[in-house]
Amino acid sequence: MSARATFATARRVLWQIRRDPRTVALLIGVPSGMMFLLKLVLEDREATFQFIGIPLLGLFPLISMFLVTSITMLRERSTGTLERLMTMPISKLDVLAGYGLAFGLLAVLQGAVVSAVGFGLLGLDANHPILVVIGLAVANALLGMSLGLSLSALARTEFQAVQFMPAIIFPQLLLCGLLVERSQMSPVLEAISNVLPMTYAYDALDRVATSPELGSEVTTDVVVVIGVTLVALALGALTLRRRTL
Amino acid sequence: MAPAIDIRDLHVIRGGRPVLHGIDVAVEPGQVTGLLGPSGCGKTTLMRSIVGVQIVRSGTVRVLGSDAGSPSLRPRVGYVTQAPSTYADLSVRENLRYFAAIEGADGERVDSVLDAVDLTSLADRVVRMLSDGQRARVSLATALLGEPDVLVLDEPTVGLDPVLRRDLWQMFRELASSGATLLVSSHVMDEASECDMLILMREGRIVAVEEPDALRSRTGETDLGQAFLKLIEEPA
Repeated sequence: MSARATFATARRVLWQIRRDPRTVALLIGVPSGMMFLLKLVLEDREATFQFIGIPLLGLFPLISMFLVTSITMLRERSTGTLERLMTMPISKLDVLAGYGLAFGLLAVLQGAVVSAVGFGLLGLDANHPILVVIGLAVANALLGMSLGLSLSALARTEFQAVQFMPAIIFPQLLLCGLLVERSQMSPVLEAISNVLPMTYAYDALDRVATSPELGSEVTTDVVVVIGVTLVALALGALTLRRRTL
Repeated sequence: MAPAIDIRDLHVIRGGRPVLHGIDVAVEPGQVTGLLGPSGCGKTTLMRSIVGVQIVRSGTVRVLGSDAGSPSLRPRVGYVTQAPSTYADLSVRENLRYFAAIEGADGERVDSVLDAVDLTSLADRVVRMLSDGQRARVSLATALLGEPDVLVLDEPTVGLDPVLRRDLWQMFRELASSGATLLVSSHVMDEASECDMLILMREGRIVAVEEPDALRSRTGETDLGQAFLKLIEEPA
């Protein structure tokens, strides 16, 4: 691995994103807009806003980074730039780490803006430092990014890549405990939810929102999220082939 | 001198169909070698095997004494694909600066490469806005950044105007005289006369490897295009 190639890749991804201000505006603006909408919808139910608002705020980055990364990576494969990179003195890890760095930075920005809106303007209250929420949001963004990276190998077209969002993300949203507590689900669904990474991402945010103490469960959640991120990145590295048919 | 590229009994299968059936060929160093043949005859597959991105069935491909695609070759071999592989949403200079960082080339090198492919005036344009020919030159410029010892160019002059084509061929000649080995595929026969050596392919096999003059005298044709047709249409 070389730091030079990693940083160059991160810089290049940021250059690409900067050339697309509308995407940046959507990435940064949409989560805040959704928080406003949530506040309006739950106007008379402040408690519900509190315990849905914080988890949603922390899960947004997972969803948007999943989408952005899978499309960017698919483009990299289909335009031949990935093949060009694979003939150059750059390691696969440099490419992946460069992506991680760029999207991680973007996630920090996204998390900071939506947190400022949620906590500053809309009256969310976490019981815990807001930095914990932003930290979880960034970890979730990297989870979304790594899932997007590895799954993009399965998509041949951008239509397919976009459909992975409902296919991969929606079931996890339904099962993670946000809508119905997992203990109230059928045992089969609960068992499935146990192996889905978003369950742990949600659990950490839920505890930050509702528990007075951050126990060892949150640590476990974070370890699972980071672990799945690393496994997905490793799978992503396997899908970056120097030789193809 | 040892050949820069040495291929022995290379077989490649793509999509269940054999594309290369036992290629044996050597490319001499410091020369411009033309790779010619009808489209679909396996030129691109052969080039991909040389730069080490093609999964091959059997045979050996050695480049500069190492196995094709080995890490030590990556800084020494440049490859330009037929479809320009560039980041369409970056400017010309941003594209080159990124690849330069990977190759360990500096800003000065970026400027001189831009100049060599006549893109200095377009350096800050976003690649998406360029014409096909201009994009092809960005792709070519990228391959020149690392000053490779072996340059594999797949149809680099398609869609370029005659003046630019002449200038690029002059550049290829200069690169070769400074010691680089160039393998250039083309189906434009007037470019064949610019080459030191020609490799003619048909249906995944090598038909002939010879100098342009030898090809002319053997076939009795002064025009290389006619000479090539004569060889191609001969019963195998």
